[in-house]
Amino acid sequence: VVVDSQLLSLLIGLPIAAAIAVLALGEKRAALGKALALLTSLIVLLLALRAWVLFDGSSADMQFVEKAAWVPVFNIFYHVGVDGIALPLILLTAVISALVLIAGWEVIEQKVAQYYASFLVLEGLMIGVFCALDAMLFYVFFEAMLIPMFIIIGVWGGPRRVYASIKFFLYTFLGSIFMLIGLIYLYQKSGGSFAIADWVQLALTKDEQFWLFWAFFLAFAVKIPMFPVHTWLPDAHVEAPTGGSIVLAAIMLKIGGYGFVRFSLPITPDAAASYAYILIALSLIAVIYIGLVALVQSDMKKLVAYSSISHMGFVTLGLFIAYQLAMDARPDTAALALQGGLMQMLSHGFVSAAMFGAIGVLYDRVHSREIAAYGGVLNKMPYFGAFAIFFGMANCGLPGTSGFVGEFMVILAAIQANPWIGFAAATALILGAAYTLWLIKRVFLGPVTNSHVRHLDDLNPREWVLMGTLAIYVLFFGLYPKPLTDVMQPSVERLVAQITSSKLAADASANLSQEIAP
Amino acid sequence: MIQTWADLWPILPEIGMLLAALALMMLDAFLPTSKRDWMFALSLLTLLIVAFLVCLDFSYAVPQRLMDGLFVRDALGDVLKLFMLLATAIVFVYGRHFFAARRQYFGNFYVLSLFAVLGMMVLVSAGNLVTVYLGLELMALATYTLVALDRDNGIATESAMKYFVLGALASGILLYGMSLLFGVTGSLDLREINQKLIEVAQADQSQIVLMAFALTFIVIGLAFKFGAVPFHMWLPDVYEGAPTAMVAFIASVPKLAAVGMALRLLSEGMYVLQPRWQEMLALLTIGSLLIGNLAALAQYNLKRLLAYSTISHVGFIFLGLLNGQAQGYSAVLFYSIVYALTTAAAFGVIMSFAREGLEFDRIDDFKGLNKRSPWMAFLMLLVMASLAGIPPLVGFWAKLQVIMAAVALGKTFAWLVVIAAICAVIGAFYYLRVIKAMYFDASDVDVQPLASVDVRWVLAANVLLVTVVGIYWAPLADVCNAVFMHR
Repeated sequence: VVVDSQLLSLLIGLPIAAAIAVLALGEKRAALGKALALLTSLIVLLLALRAWVLFDGSSADMQFVEKAAWVPVFNIFYHVGVDGIALPLILLTAVISALVLIAGWEVIEQKVAQYYASFLVLEGLMIGVFCALDAMLFYVFFEAMLIPMFIIIGVWGGPRRVYASIKFFLYTFLGSIFMLIGLIYLYQKSGGSFAIADWVQLALTKDEQFWLFWAFFLAFAVKIPMFPVHTWLPDAHVEAPTGGSIVLAAIMLKIGGYGFVRFSLPITPDAAASYAYILIALSLIAVIYIGLVALVQSDMKKLVAYSSISHMGFVTLGLFIAYQLAMDARPDTAALALQGGLMQMLSHGFVSAAMFGAIGVLYDRVHSREIAAYGGVLNKMPYFGAFAIFFGMANCGLPGTSGFVGEFMVILAAIQANPWIGFAAATALILGAAYTLWLIKRVFLGPVTNSHVRHLDDLNPREWVLMGTLAIYVLFFGLYPKPLTDVMQPSVERLVAQITSSKLAADASANLSQEIAP
Repeated sequence: MIQTWADLWPILPEIGMLLAALALMMLDAFLPTSKRDWMFALSLLTLLIVAFLVCLDFSYAVPQRLMDGLFVRDALGDVLKLFMLLATAIVFVYGRHFFAARRQYFGNFYVLSLFAVLGMMVLVSAGNLVTVYLGLELMALATYTLVALDRDNGIATESAMKYFVLGALASGILLYGMSLLFGVTGSLDLREINQKLIEVAQADQSQIVLMAFALTFIVIGLAFKFGAVPFHMWLPDVYEGAPTAMVAFIASVPKLAAVGMALRLLSEGMYVLQPRWQEMLALLTIGSLLIGNLAALAQYNLKRLLAYSTISHVGFIFLGLLNGQAQGYSAVLFYSIVYALTTAAAFGVIMSFAREGLEFDRIDDFKGLNKRSPWMAFLMLLVMASLAGIPPLVGFWAKLQVIMAAVALGKTFAWLVVIAAICAVIGAFYYLRVIKAMYFDASDVDVQPLASVDVRWVLAANVLLVTVVGIYWAPLADVCNAVFMHR
């Protein structure tokens, strides 16, 4: 088929082109624009599924590769391709983007065309981030996302939207500008190449790796976000409109994790190994401390936002505990930790989208995010209540839901690395259950305490689609994660090989690989 | 030496510009009121013809030196000239509308601008200190007068006075530096100066102090013209006080000329002193980046904000310049071209809304613009994002190249790179404030753009250029690179 040769370009380009068309149609023909936007996102979803089907899961190589000269003077290429780590994330982006457009269908009343255009642009750029094999292309997508998200939070957000949007923007910008310096340094060091694959091969001294590692850390730790640079996230999530929160939680945070996997781990393996303990400590603080913070929130969105930070702690824990395991010459367990982190990213994508979607359902009816404004919602909205409780279970990692798989894998690996770390990580499950169940109890269970709750209607068809689709994904990947783990396996194994091969000196790396070889 | 008429061929663009400007000056005096648009049309035609004449003899090859090296015709000068002509044409389109909306008319706006452009064309082609000064003064006198043109406007007159006094002081300082340089080397020719500096330094170590003095005065003169900290005081007042059309011209076109002048003086005339001027530029860079960005945070007037943002962009230009290699020079050339076109667009948006009794230059005036005029708001969004350096807009690529040039210097200037990066983030904040006003705030007033169809098209093309070049900037980068290939 003709599309196959340019599948990734279509995935990136179609939404952006459609966004321009929607903007050109203008507010007066916004209904048409909405239809066009939804149609485009569905086509993109089909194309993403096609990529999934055509993808050769037994190989760790980049597939669907397209390479074209962009700026020959600086060796910048339009170079895209996917491996088993990027592909599931692209599928996630396509699914969530389509759902977000559905979620906003009747809710958004002002500047409709701009709303839909912003999300389409965002979709194209996010897919671009996951496809980019050229560091400069990656950076362009990574940064360009800020503008549509800034607009989404600031225009359609809540009362403190201006503060939240500017904080979001400046935090992320500050983090990524240091990464840019790192990228430029690597460009010069590698003799004028922006190809990420070249940098993975590049020998770097300990000092160089130190600076590069922390430069990357600044960019990705802010994005994912890690304690202590997480403070933009509760503000941004709370103030963003429902669609914005969903995209932020489900996809944007994953870009931080993806960045660690693409840049920090393979390019600066020695520095990452030396400082893994700091990142593990920060991850544990995120998991436990932020979990406790989530417990005391009175605002539903804020609670879920903090829970997101806590869940992302599992991702970074999985990624960096792998170093400890690799140093102990247990590459299989290291692979388990990495895979657990990646699974957690995907699962959290669906679960957090569902949680924010559920809050959106309530907010559209009552216009309050306060937990105290609800109570006994289940009596009036049984179907919705059932969905919400199911997603709540997934959020605390109940077996059978996708939330369980990743957390279980990470904890399993962590216990093998160091039982205390495993123990600390496992307490997060208790905390997660505590804040989620308590939230459900206060909002859904018990008698109806607030008069406006008495007038609630159950889900409408649009919300059925949103909740139902997410529930299917959460359940499916909870019961049968094999398709995902199979696709990832070769890429994860290659990643383990990359993080275990030292770049410091040729002889040192030879020693290390001898140790690791079975 | 000029032997035949054919020897004048390389300076045909300048000759054409001179004749046209003189003719237009006479025409303006005798033109009946009903035919005033002729001035606009003929000025644009002049720019077009001059650009054509520049293109006719364009070549990346070895420079042609005329009149014993007084005048150099090379690719650097030609590229700068072409973009100066382009930016001037864009400003003319906006300016005509601006004055029409205020029911004012200044035929001399076009004439003086053309003279200023002529001065700049001479300046960027200078091969000799005398030509440098000649071009510089022609440009400066024309721009002072431009600012003072609206003589019933007290604030404009005041800012013209400041501009003139400080500008004249800067010229004096520059001239003093040049005289010292002549005293040391006994030559006015830039290439010869570079040669002599080496010989003199080898023969007599004590002369190095004098060279350093000469260099210091020349760098200060340059910094004045650029508006680099601590010689930036005139810039915010002039930007705020002068009529917006004049500011659009002053903010965009002379920056290109200043870059040309800096390259001629520093990289051709005093390249042997590169380690010295590198340090000086580093100080100017750091001051401009910090003061420019921090002061811009506190501004409520958009023109004043853009003035401080200009200072910070000058910091970035110097950051590239201190690289002292072709890489840095081409980054600076790219930066200044991009900066000139983007700034012209920013003022273009302001001018599309300005009218009698409303300057439309407060940030508050932009509140709720997205609701009133989504298209204009979108254009301004792109301009602001480009100035802030957000990819894929072209402002990002300009910053990238400059930072790449600075990173290439290695550890010595790593701190400067880090400061530049932090300043880029601070800078993003005040550009975001403008976007925030347009998109997030509710509007107080209902001001629709008055801009006529031609202004709208030119503005859209101007912004689109900034955007499209952002996605496909390889051609411009190629040009900037090729300019310094044969040097």
